[in-house]
Amino acid sequence: MSTALRRGSGWTPWLYLAPALVVLGGLLVYPVYQLGLISFLEYTQAQVSGGEPTTFKGLDNYATLFGDPQFWQVLLATVLFAAACVVATLSLGCALAVLLTRVRAVPRLALMMAALGAWATPAITGSTVWVFLFDPDFGPVNKVLGLGDHSWTYGRYSAFALVLLEVVWCSFPFVMVTVYAGIRAIPGEVLEAASLDGASQWRIWRSVMAPMLRPILVVVTIQSVIWDFKIFTQIYVMTNGGGIAGQNLVLNVYAYQKAFASSQYSLGSAIGVVMLLILLAVTLVYLRLLRRQGEEL
Amino acid sequence: MSPVRRPWRLAAEASALLIAAAVAFPLYWMVLSAFKPAGEIQSTEARPWTLAPSLDSFRRVFEQQEFGRYFLNSLLVATSVVLASALIAFLAATAVTRFRFKLRTTLLIMFLVAQMVPIEALTIPLFFLMRDLGQLNTLGSLILPHIAFSLPFAVWMLRGFVKAVPEALEEAAYIDGASRSRFLWQILFPLVFPGLVATSVFSFISTWNDFLFAKSFIISDTSQSTLPMALLVFFKPEENDWGGIMAASTVMTVPVLVFFVLVQRRLVSGLGGAVKD
Repeated sequence: MSTALRRGSGWTPWLYLAPALVVLGGLLVYPVYQLGLISFLEYTQAQVSGGEPTTFKGLDNYATLFGDPQFWQVLLATVLFAAACVVATLSLGCALAVLLTRVRAVPRLALMMAALGAWATPAITGSTVWVFLFDPDFGPVNKVLGLGDHSWTYGRYSAFALVLLEVVWCSFPFVMVTVYAGIRAIPGEVLEAASLDGASQWRIWRSVMAPMLRPILVVVTIQSVIWDFKIFTQIYVMTNGGGIAGQNLVLNVYAYQKAFASSQYSLGSAIGVVMLLILLAVTLVYLRLLRRQGEEL
Repeated sequence: MSPVRRPWRLAAEASALLIAAAVAFPLYWMVLSAFKPAGEIQSTEARPWTLAPSLDSFRRVFEQQEFGRYFLNSLLVATSVVLASALIAFLAATAVTRFRFKLRTTLLIMFLVAQMVPIEALTIPLFFLMRDLGQLNTLGSLILPHIAFSLPFAVWMLRGFVKAVPEALEEAAYIDGASRSRFLWQILFPLVFPGLVATSVFSFISTWNDFLFAKSFIISDTSQSTLPMALLVFFKPEENDWGGIMAASTVMTVPVLVFFVLVQRRLVSGLGGAVKD
């Protein structure tokens, strides 16, 4: 630890931290508090416009929410959809990272550039392009597969599958690039020694590389869980606000529809609180994993 | 790297090229469709090339009221967020890595937890906060929340870079009579710059991507809208104007692609540095 900066520096770190703390306090902590507060109030269009006083309703909103079978259905769909996205993203990302280490410069650069392109694509344009690719009338996919005017967004599962493809397309590059950077950081001699000892590729991956890559894999897994659990744009744009009769709703879109489409701000906030708590639980698991790896904070 | 037998390597290289082509295909199709004349887009054969490239779709996009303005708005919002969060995160990362003080670990954990807050869930309280601050229908309502949301990840990522700067360097600077702020800006800042680039990519993308806040906070003054809103205009109940959608998507994607290509090397080494720490 730097002794020089530390010397006589009681207030200095706080001076450096002040802008960050002001911004986070005002625009993150305070809104989280407000979110919790609104979820306990009666808060609809009447209260927002000041026509009626806001009343405290305690846990009523949560009772309404948990009593609604649609909420449980959306929660289940969100968890399963996020899990499928995470598994697909991680396996593709890791497989391609390993592939990158096996090829010469030209194919490596080609794959790297294509992946960066997909990564850089804004979620909204990625969504429009994928919908267009699978468009029943003008998309190339149905033409090539000879599916006629089969609509991918009509069925619940095929609509989720289409969104999943887009999500994997734009998020595997982060995993691939990060894991590739991690593999490159493993000293070559270690891998050479293993292969001289006659270990198979699979064995080298399992027993040598995977343990050394553990910290990186934890980071990309947790990031993917968080990103995929709170997907909004892709579902909203690709399934036109949550699919036919809300069959493709995920929690985020559900909360948005409740709050802004039907002015039930309290219910929307209660859904937000549920999401927050689930992600907090994921974070605690992450912290424990970091601690167990002996990471110094 | 362990030696790979020749046929295997060739097979691996062939599959890498094929996968690259598949990954790039949606972007190729987007740009291609943007240049196709209307008749070809609606034709029943979906050709992977165009017979008569035309700028009609782009013309329609730019003729749309204030499209240029939306573009500048998006650029202004993203740049403000990138600059502000990079600067604030640099100071904060320096504080939590190069000083020992009470609550340091607590703060680090807070930055980590803050990353998990789903920004979309905060749309409702932020809407009311922006209303109370008089920021609804202004670009400020997009800039302010995004600075807050980019910060925790930026601090967490920059931590590794600041840590990697040897302390001996700092000692030497002070022995040579440099002041603390001089060390901070003239020595530490340039050394951490690659890390700042990597974090900037993330904050740029998440801000440029923003669809929900733009949709929720800019409601009555459309001159303050950003690009995603301009894109939605081409979705029509009767029939989507795919040429327009693809042209607008192309215009929205190209600046990010250019930014990515420019910082590509630093991004990859940046991720390596951040995950190794």
